[in-house]
Amino acid sequence: MARDRYGGGSFENARESMSSSQFFAGARRSIPILISTAPFGLLYGAIAVDQGLTVWQACLMSLTIYAGASQLVGIDLFRNHAAPWIVILSIFIVNVRHVLYSAAIGRRIGHFPLAQQIVGFFFLIDPQFVETERQAEREGHVSFAWYMGLALPVYVMWNIESLLGAMFGKLIPHPESAGIDFLLPLYFFGMVMSFRRRPLWLPVVAVSGVVCVIALKTLGSPWHVSAGALAGVIYAAVFTRTEEKA
Amino acid sequence: MSDIYVIIIVSAVLNYMTRLGGHLVLSRFGTLNPRVEAALNAVPAAVITTLVAPTFFTHSWPETVALLIAGLAALRLPLLGMFAVGWVAVVGLRWIAGA
Repeated sequence: MARDRYGGGSFENARESMSSSQFFAGARRSIPILISTAPFGLLYGAIAVDQGLTVWQACLMSLTIYAGASQLVGIDLFRNHAAPWIVILSIFIVNVRHVLYSAAIGRRIGHFPLAQQIVGFFFLIDPQFVETERQAEREGHVSFAWYMGLALPVYVMWNIESLLGAMFGKLIPHPESAGIDFLLPLYFFGMVMSFRRRPLWLPVVAVSGVVCVIALKTLGSPWHVSAGALAGVIYAAVFTRTEEKA
Repeated sequence: MSDIYVIIIVSAVLNYMTRLGGHLVLSRFGTLNPRVEAALNAVPAAVITTLVAPTFFTHSWPETVALLIAGLAALRLPLLGMFAVGWVAVVGLRWIAGA
């Protein structure tokens, strides 16, 4: 059935299909990510240059750190002339959640050959993590071609947007016009909803959300993500039903 | 100033280590305890919720209501459909709030 790629359906059962079709299947999943992150890539570039970074430095952050939230946190601290170790520590705190992603997704991509793992884990941003988890639920298997099909468009576009924002930042309208600032939370909310059939989903969401907001009001900004995330994960570990294990 | 380059490179290395580290540590243990398994299964809901919760609880009412509408849409529609509903909702509600 080599020709059934013209079947036009979204149901591709051939799990071991050609890696190029796997690549494009992954790339198709990147479309909502591209839409919802584009304004932030432009915004990041514009703010970075506005805060005194050169265009090249702004792009270097996107190329190497490649983490939207922590890049914006870092830029904010550059402006305030914080000590270098404070900037580094703050960026790190924002990114600690990746440890959880890494541990969880290792079950899906740990079968990659070592070189592919070394490459693959670099691209482990928030949407990459959730889309890979969803793919593992749907197909029971994540191939390297699919994974990179998802990752590369997002990485390439993020860097192009950073460059454009850095070069033409003054021309970019304020993101609150037309609700553009709402797109990324909206995308993440869609991701949260898509996991609603997992066990303990509702209490985990409730615990994480409440602890996150409490931490935001008390400890302040970089800490709320880690605090809320840990609370939800610990809740699941404590309250899971384990009696069916023999 | 070269401080910026040091900050960028050190942060990039640390960031990559967080992305690699969880798996490296966990893969040293053979089979996973069911509680660890449950914790890992909760990671998407637990972490991504913290990226949305500030918008849900601490912005003005149009964002909160738009997320509620989008949540209902997500029960029936695929992601892009939910996306469109939520986007239209927030633009409309902000217009109402501002009018």
